[in-house]
Parts: sequence; C-alpha cells; structure tokens
Amino acid sequence: MTNIIFTEDEWTKALQGISDSYKVFAPVKDGDFHTFKPMNATKAPDFDFQNTRLSAKALIYPQSERMFEYSVDERASDASIVRETPKDYSPKAIVGIRPCDAHGFSIVRPNFDNQEYRDPWWVQSFESTVLVGLGCNQPCSTCFCASVGGGPFNKDVLDVLIYDLGANFMVTGLTEKGETFLTKVKGGKAADDESIKQAEALATEAAKMSKADVPTDKLRDKVINDLFAAPFWQDVGFACLNCGTCTYLCPTCWCFDIQDEVLGKQGDRIRNWDSCMFPLFTLHGSGHNPRDQKFQRVRQRFMHKLKYYVDKYQDGVQCSGCGRCVRYCPVNIDIRQVAELMNNY
Amino acid sequence: MENPYLPYPVRIDKITTETSDRNLKTFRFVFLNPEDDKKFAYTPGQFAELSVPGKGEIPIGIASSPTEKGFVAFTVNKVGVVTNYMHNMKEGDIMGIRGPLGNWYPWEEMEGKNIVIVGGGFAFTTLRSSIVYMIQPENRSRFKDISVVYGARNPGLLLYRDELAEWEKRDDINMHITVDGTDDPDWKYNVGFVPAITEQKITSADNSIAIVCGPPIMIKFTQPVLEKLGFPPERIILSLEMRMKCGIGICGRCNIGDKYVCKDGPVFSLAKLKQMPGEY
Repeated sequence: MTNIIFTEDEWTKALQGISDSYKVFAPVKDGDFHTFKPMNATKAPDFDFQNTRLSAKALIYPQSERMFEYSVDERASDASIVRETPKDYSPKAIVGIRPCDAHGFSIVRPNFDNQEYRDPWWVQSFESTVLVGLGCNQPCSTCFCASVGGGPFNKDVLDVLIYDLGANFMVTGLTEKGETFLTKVKGGKAADDESIKQAEALATEAAKMSKADVPTDKLRDKVINDLFAAPFWQDVGFACLNCGTCTYLCPTCWCFDIQDEVLGKQGDRIRNWDSCMFPLFTLHGSGHNPRDQKFQRVRQRFMHKLKYYVDKYQDGVQCSGCGRCVRYCPVNIDIRQVAELMNNY
Repeated sequence: MENPYLPYPVRIDKITTETSDRNLKTFRFVFLNPEDDKKFAYTPGQFAELSVPGKGEIPIGIASSPTEKGFVAFTVNKVGVVTNYMHNMKEGDIMGIRGPLGNWYPWEEMEGKNIVIVGGGFAFTTLRSSIVYMIQPENRSRFKDISVVYGARNPGLLLYRDELAEWEKRDDINMHITVDGTDDPDWKYNVGFVPAITEQKITSADNSIAIVCGPPIMIKFTQPVLEKLGFPPERIILSLEMRMKCGIGICGRCNIGDKYVCKDGPVFSLAKLKQMPGEY
C-alpha cells in the first residue's frame, strides 16, 4: 500500500502531468457548486467542498448515450442495419469522488453486470475508470452513509483514497489499479508515520461524527405486499411534484429510456436517464397505466430502493446515503423518514 | 464484448392482414444472417423486441412456433409510432429483432396434463405458438386433452381464421371459438363472452393446467370461473404485458414488485402473481 504526501499545488501539478495516461476528471468550483470537469491547464481542481452537486454517476453512465447508429437512406446498401457506435474506453480517473458516490457504483453494479447480461457500455466504462476517492472529514447533516453500509472513509470500490490532512494530502493506493495509477503520478514524498497516524485519526473522528441512525435493519424481513399496502404512501407522496430531481441526482438510480433519433439520413439509437416519477414511464400503448397516480410513483421509488432491491439482491438498500435527494427535494420529502416508516411498519 | 441490445437484422418475408378492421397484421421475418436464426432459439410464450431503425423498439410475443423452421412471426396491433410505421412497411423491407426474451409457458409442468387454453382478442399470439407446437406429431403425445376457448368481439376480429378452421376439423384438439356478438346468420360457432363459454365447455380441472391470455377484463372474469372449476392458482398461468425498453431486466421500467416482467416474466402463475403487488 503506497502512501504519498502532496501539497495541494503538487497534487494539482501531478494530476495535470498524467494526461498522457489518463483522462482526469476532478471537482471544479462552478458558481456556488462544485462539478466534475475534465482537467485542463487553465482551471485548477478545488478539493475544498462538501460534495459535488451532481454525483459522478454520469461519468460512468452518461445522462444521454449513443448506443447504435444506422443509415435510413433507402439507396444505401446498409440501410437499416444497426451498428454499435464507436466508443473511447481509454483509461480515465475520477479524482475527488466522495466514498458515498463511489459506493453508489457498487450498488448499481449487479444491475448492469450480472451472470445473465452484461451492459457493455456501463461495464467497459466502469472497468476503464480509476476511482480516486476523497474521504469526508466533516460529514454533513443530511448525509447518512454510515446507515447504509458506507462511511466517510469507506474504501468500497475505490482504487485510491485521499486524506485531506489540512496542509497536505495523503494519497493511498488501495487496489492494483490504484497502485498503477500512483506509479504514473509524479512528485510528492513517501508518507511518514506521523501523517499516517494523522490520517487514521481523521477517519476515526469522522466515523464518530456520522451516526448510523437511519433504521433499515428490519426491511428484509417485511413482506413486499404488506409494505406496498401500508397506509402511509398517500401521506408520503402528498407534496411530491413528480419533478424527478431525486432520481436525476441519485447516484444509485439507473433507469433509462431508449429512443431513436434521425437527422437527415443518419440515425442514432440513444439511451437517456429516465425517472419512475414520470407518468409516461409506465404508460402502455393501450392507454392503460399501472402507475397513473402520483402516490404510486412515489411508492415505487422508495419501495425499489428500500425493499425490492433488498429482496432481489439479498443485500443492503439501494441508497448510498449521499443525502442529495434530501437536500434538493423542493417539498422536503426525506428518504430517512420514509426508511423509518417502512422499517418500523 | 457481446451486446445484448444489438438487434439481428431481418427481412420482412410476408405480411398478412389478420382482421377485418385491418389493425392487426402478421409479419413473417427471415434472418439476414443464417447463423442468427440458430441463435434465436425460442420456446412458446417468449417475446422479442421488434426494432425499426429510426422509429424504435417494441416488445411483442412470438406468434410462430419453434417447430416452424426458417422464419419467425409476430402479430402486431397498430397502436403507436413503431407499429403504425410497421403497418406501412412492405415485404422485403429490412428491420431488426432482438431476443428471444423472457420466460415461457411451463412446458415441463404441462407434460402429461390436460391443457386448457383461454384466449381473447389479439392476445392469442403466443397461444397460437403454443397450439402449433403441441399439435406437432412429435409433441402431441406429451400432452393429454387440449381444449381451446378463443373469443373476439366479432368474427372479423379473430386472428388466424384459416388455422382455427383447420383445428376445428381435428379430433385431437377441442376448439371452442366464440364471439361477443355477430349479425352473420351463417356463424357456426359460439356466441358469448369468453368466461361464460369457458364455464360451459370446460368441465373439469382434474390433472389440468390453464393458460390464460387476453385483455384485463377477460382475465378478471375468467379467473373466478377457473377457480370454481377447481384450478388451484399454481395451475392458472397468465402472460402479462408491460411497457418495456431493454427487455433484459436492466432499464428498470417493467417491474412489479421485485420482479421484472421482461426477465422474470412475462409468464407468471396466478399463485406467483398473488404474492406480487397488484400494480400491472
């Protein structure tokens, strides 16, 4: 396990220096928020943030992604023959991703990569990415990673972990992929024992601050139909605007739509993030809609995250505890309260 | 890396208009690459995504039987963007098929049993596949009595009318064709709703398994009839429809509880459905 100490300037320079080997995405201050952007020489990354407004989900699984292309020119010999859109899966690195957002990738992984089917785009994108996490010294009030199998310095699926020691960063290799990344990173110096101790103390302190107070322990034992018929869904969904913000911000929402688009004689088949909050999501060709009421769609979102996923994968909940849906919901619907309602029902 | 979203290219080999309102057409497809024909090995009850480049994809039940070699067929109702476009396509046109997808009727369990097929309207497609499959000489002995109740609103809306007439003549399958109503004085089959005809014609549930496919209203009223006859929920088999995109359990659209209709279905027993939320 390699531990290297960098000053912030050294770290920025080191990242700029690996552009031959990796396409680096790092958080950049953009107005009031931080956003992952490709590194360039003009704008330095900024690692002083609570979390980026959007998770890094789109860097592995783009909001809109070309799948196939084809010609619709009837005179062309290959008209209507669908071909894969060429993609670039050369190595990339997401630097400064919070452990909760990285944990999100491991939550969605069994959906995209399982024994029956492998989603070629998600899998290749994920496998070509080095995840360089940034531990959370100060978990915020809406975060609850420790309640859902994570933690402020959780190493799950991370290849490298950065400890922000104040004056310096300590960068630690966690996997072979991460160690390879660190061999390309120039500069810095080997971490001394004192820094390693300081890093460990930071992690311990942060773990103490992040309380595991969102109950999910009894969800697995519940019966789906009982929870589905619970009396609280109308209340939970009452204020919902079906805006879909929660699903777009969520690192673990994976639903998508597939659409064909034609420009001139050239066509593309594209997949776009979709949301179970929208009535069109389930509208049949016949006009029938199994979820035509708002509360049904709200119920679907929470049941999927906190019960269907749990049962299907015999695992934890489909939530990484990043708290974005809690912070950005315009009507203050709080998944922590819904988890409690469901868990205690 | 293998791409489960990539359709096999096919040529439209034959188009048949099925119904008098011309809203249903059967499309017979031939694979452009013969090796794809082998890869598309299916079992009655499964479906596929029909893929029209520039328009989109739609999930449709496979209407042909795996015993019919050299082509695969689908009966398509004209309702949306893709199906309307398909209804204007010509024989010889190129499009795509992705599949086979989903599970199938419980053929192992059906062996050695009396088979009761109850179908309504244009949901008869995978039932047609199943009937053709069962009455093949090499398969017929695997099943006991085969009874079919099939109804439509009027005679013109029945699918596969030539085949129905042929099956009527056979003595190894009991056909009960019905229409809700007709002004045709020469109509020689039944008049009445599918649940009522089922009640009249099916007399026993002994060693029987029922496969039901039709509009929700038909299913709703057929279910109590079958239960009264003594069919336990484990031996009432239904095929569901749902809005779908990927067809392989990834895009997250067609779930009922923790099951995906595209991958865990579309075929479910009533017993199984009773354990799932009634959100379909």
